[in-house]
Amino acid sequence: MKSFEYVRPTTIREAVAAAAQPGAAYLAAGTNLIDLMKGGVSEPSRLVDISHLPDLDRIEDLSDGSVRIGALVRNADLANDRDFARRFPAVAEALLSGASAQLRNAATVGGNLMQRTRCAYFYDMASACNKRSQGGGCDARGGDNRLHAILGWSESCIATHPSDFCVPLAALDAVVEIEGKAGRREIPLDMFHRLPSDTPDRENVLESGEMIVAVRLPAEAARFAAHARYLKVRERTSYAFAVVSAAAALRMEANVIANARLALGGVASKPWRAREAERVLIGTPADTQLFRRAAEAALAEAEPSGDNAFKIELARRIVVRAFALAAAGTPEPLPALPGSPFAAFSGVLTHV
Amino acid sequence: MGFSTTLTINGVTRTIALDDPRVTLLDLLRERLDLTGTKKGCDRGQCGACTVIIDGRRINSCLALAISYDGADVLTIEGVARGDRLHPVQEAFIAHDGMQCGFCTPGQIMSAIGLIREGQAGNDPERIREGMSGNLCRCGAYQGITQAVLEAQKALDAASRKEVA
Repeated sequence: MKSFEYVRPTTIREAVAAAAQPGAAYLAAGTNLIDLMKGGVSEPSRLVDISHLPDLDRIEDLSDGSVRIGALVRNADLANDRDFARRFPAVAEALLSGASAQLRNAATVGGNLMQRTRCAYFYDMASACNKRSQGGGCDARGGDNRLHAILGWSESCIATHPSDFCVPLAALDAVVEIEGKAGRREIPLDMFHRLPSDTPDRENVLESGEMIVAVRLPAEAARFAAHARYLKVRERTSYAFAVVSAAAALRMEANVIANARLALGGVASKPWRAREAERVLIGTPADTQLFRRAAEAALAEAEPSGDNAFKIELARRIVVRAFALAAAGTPEPLPALPGSPFAAFSGVLTHV
Repeated sequence: MGFSTTLTINGVTRTIALDDPRVTLLDLLRERLDLTGTKKGCDRGQCGACTVIIDGRRINSCLALAISYDGADVLTIEGVARGDRLHPVQEAFIAHDGMQCGFCTPGQIMSAIGLIREGQAGNDPERIREGMSGNLCRCGAYQGITQAVLEAQKALDAASRKEVA
């Protein structure tokens, strides 16, 4: 690991000032960053440790019915907060389907948004990677790429964003609160991560020194609670990143779909909101044929970036299954294997 | 440049001088404090051999910078027995052959203690397996590990009921 200067600010303002210099990085739990630093993939010259900042570890109900999740709330604390999980079950299920219990106990909300791709060529310093080194080339293009992107990729980068948590957040219109030198600004989570284009090294919209301080879920997001699921296909049932995942949510009114939300994970460099699919569903009764049409719409623009054409049909099927599960009702408690398509059904439905 | 971090480790509070901010909690425990019960497996947060309990929560100590955990309460495998009396989770691992070579065992035991404290798995073997999936056992003693966690949980439940009564 390359040596770095360690600073521990006591306020957000101090943190933003300390992180504004080139080469600086924020440290929260470090579950991804320390790993990247050990491998020489990330070499910050200064670590700004924000893990001791006060007040960023709260889950707050705001007067407009939205919920504000501080950037330092731990994944496990959010997923196991009963009130939060009851209102946003797909978010809880996504969190619990990710990583291991040890990592969920440490990893933070802000850090989850900031985590880097798990593309093996990005991690391997002997491989060419445009994300690591702009213009260096991409060894994933002709390499082992069955798990790479099928949407929004470019010739310069076919990596995917690894987050589970961000997928239902994108579906539910979450908003990211960002603090910078010029003050606070907000951006929809769906617009936080960038597609690679020819600058895959620029992964999100944060400017130098800017820091995520919270993620907010609007009041409307809780109206999907009775019919919201996260479904994740992975190469082993636990402790693996998604090959493909989907967050599907429905708001039912007398058997008719009054509103629908869909986002896909493991398919692009960002959580992939599928608005065309949502439009197919709204105003019609829920049935499998309809879900299939929605799935076609969601993947209409998909293209293999290598040996991964199978992911397109897999994603369609995951969309159909996720909506079928969502239509059947949100289980309480969540299944023993969160997000698993192989989970035996248990518990009672909160809505049928 | 010198740094220091104050940690309460297995009940003893100490301030430790660090000559470099890169020292992980795992390396501090093993190389500086001679607490070698906590194992280094992958050193990348994938195997769980380095699991310790910080402020009541199990984490991977290989991905934790010691300097960042200033003020934390750390419980390692060396701190779980009471003198010669083993912790109920340790006893259960022996009773159910929850190991072969034993290298992953301290991490498995710390993870199991954390899992039982979290109280999310109940007595459902599927939830226990899922909750223990961050601890790899290359000998494949998983069946014994799951049995040990189930039994330890029962023993701890009974003990806490007795305490309340």
